[in-house]
Amino acid sequence: MSGPSPAAFSMAPPSQWEEFTEGMWRRNPVFVMVLGMCPTLAVTVSAINSISMGLATTFVLAASCLLVSALRRLIPKEVRIATYIVIIATFVTVVDYAVQAISLDLYEALGAYIQLIVANCLVLGRAEAHAARAAPIPATLNAIGMGLGFTLGLTMIGGVREILGAGAFFGIPLFGPGFQPWVVMVLPPGGFFVMAGWLLLFAIVRRRLAARDAGATRAAPVANSGACHGA
Amino acid sequence: MAHESLGQILLNTILSGNFVLAMFLGMCPFLGVTHSVAVAFPLGVATSFVIVIASVSAYLLNWVLALAHLEFLRLICYIVVIASAVQLVEMFVKKHYPALFRALGIYLPLITTNCAVLGVALFQTAREYDFAQSLTFAIGGGIGFTLALTLLASVRERVQLADAPEVVQGTVLVLILAGVLSLAFMGFAGLGG
Amino acid sequence: MNAPAKSPAPAEPAQATSTFTLLRTLSVVSAICGVIIVASYLATLERAKDNRRLAAQRAVFKVLPDASSVKEYLALPTGEIVPAGGGDPPPGALRFFSAYDAGGRFAGIAAEGAAKGYADLVRVMFGYSESCHCIVGIGVVSMRETPGIGDKILTDKDFISNFKALDVRLKGDLSALANEVKVVKHGVKTQPWQIDAISGATVTSRAVGKGINDAAQLLLPRLVPRLDQLREKS
Repeated sequence: MSGPSPAAFSMAPPSQWEEFTEGMWRRNPVFVMVLGMCPTLAVTVSAINSISMGLATTFVLAASCLLVSALRRLIPKEVRIATYIVIIATFVTVVDYAVQAISLDLYEALGAYIQLIVANCLVLGRAEAHAARAAPIPATLNAIGMGLGFTLGLTMIGGVREILGAGAFFGIPLFGPGFQPWVVMVLPPGGFFVMAGWLLLFAIVRRRLAARDAGATRAAPVANSGACHGA
Repeated sequence: MAHESLGQILLNTILSGNFVLAMFLGMCPFLGVTHSVAVAFPLGVATSFVIVIASVSAYLLNWVLALAHLEFLRLICYIVVIASAVQLVEMFVKKHYPALFRALGIYLPLITTNCAVLGVALFQTAREYDFAQSLTFAIGGGIGFTLALTLLASVRERVQLADAPEVVQGTVLVLILAGVLSLAFMGFAGLGG
Repeated sequence: MNAPAKSPAPAEPAQATSTFTLLRTLSVVSAICGVIIVASYLATLERAKDNRRLAAQRAVFKVLPDASSVKEYLALPTGEIVPAGGGDPPPGALRFFSAYDAGGRFAGIAAEGAAKGYADLVRVMFGYSESCHCIVGIGVVSMRETPGIGDKILTDKDFISNFKALDVRLKGDLSALANEVKVVKHGVKTQPWQIDAISGATVTSRAVGKGINDAAQLLLPRLVPRLDQLREKS
């Protein structure tokens, strides 16, 4: 997690497990690749909204990559982007109808951002970079993994914003009625700040881990100079 | 609601309902391209242009689709029209402003996946704006988008000279700056009446 | 960094793919996508309609507590009142609900109004009773207002009490409301057609008032002269 190990540069094609887990953490779409930011910040005002948006995106991602991969030999280079976009838009429309049929409250909460999944760079990016060159099964596995990683990222942001901004988690109130919610957290600036907070946390952890690794391989006094070992 | 006046729509979309800072549309270029004003501003203008084209096309498309009772094709039609419009703009810029074309690089075709462009079309449809309102909405949106991008770019240019801690540099700093900018724009709430 | 996936292109011809191939691809893809979209639309249509109907019903029951059954109508620009069919309403038609109590008696009408609040549209359902020519209750259908501030319209008892008897009687010629529904500063209300704003949540309060006013101004002049029509259908 702290950085690429020599094994990561192996020449063998990735196993199915590696395909699946690539998007979960090592190349998490939210925190590492920073893709699909529009819905990330707009919709993550609560954990439930975040998960729903994440799952909707996962569905679109998986279905689109499956179809793109299945048709990959049929699609000529010139029209590939337009074709991918049409395919993605199709599945977004499907999800839009599905959410309306499942729950109107959810539909109101997510609003136009469901349809904006079409413009999510993550989906088009994966279709272009991966699904167009891979067989259907690995492509879909990778897409599902990316989607779940995206959902995880969204929920991490949404969870924090809900806890701080509404005093609840998944709709369950956590603190007593005397709690004064930090309202800005569920407003647009809060989205920016919470995402920055998570990235900052990861950067700090990464630095500490790197410093610890570096310190361990050298026998110099530098090894203990890191004053605050949180780990 | 269809009762908003044009002036209200204009003020709202530029300030209190700014596409980038309040509605989170157009995040990719906002975070990715704002390292310099010289790139951010022209990209904002190019995007505004596409936004207006998209808005007008969406209005006409919606009218045709409603007549033919084919509303479920709305999303696909919008995005295809946007992709084509971006293609045209790309060809235009490449021919007449080649230096700008090279400077913008991949971000010009990426306008297709800019949530702001599709967002304008979707929001104006959802709010049932008439033609004049839609056009104002699009123009205001474009101005607001360019404003946000340029503001962030100018702040980032200065912050590059400042001595920020290492952990914070990069995306974290940009997000914090964006958050502060968004907070500032919240002060405009209620301006449109 | 090797790229084993890409095959070398030693003598690749520079010609573009033929137009026929392009068209063939686009047609095949469009056909597949078309089928998928239409299939999912039809599969979800009934559930989505049911959801909407149930949500509207719940909202009407909330604003007209005596109601136990609801019927949806359209008030056309011509003034006619017709039952709402399944399709899209014609332009200019106003949707409203006619409510009947357990005994089948007419219990009032309910309709939706909306106006832009702080963040986005605030949609409000209001219940109208002809016996007092007033609005007897409201329910917020949807809103995205600021939690802790704007969302007080849901819970603030003083604000809600504004709508227990909000005067919306019509002018003599039945062309418009006799007095516009206005939102005034908290504590300043003197007339039954005014609404006391929530102190500190003026924008959202105003949105509620504006939504109700705009909807009532349009709907009630069409509706009030024809209330007898609704009384019969049960």
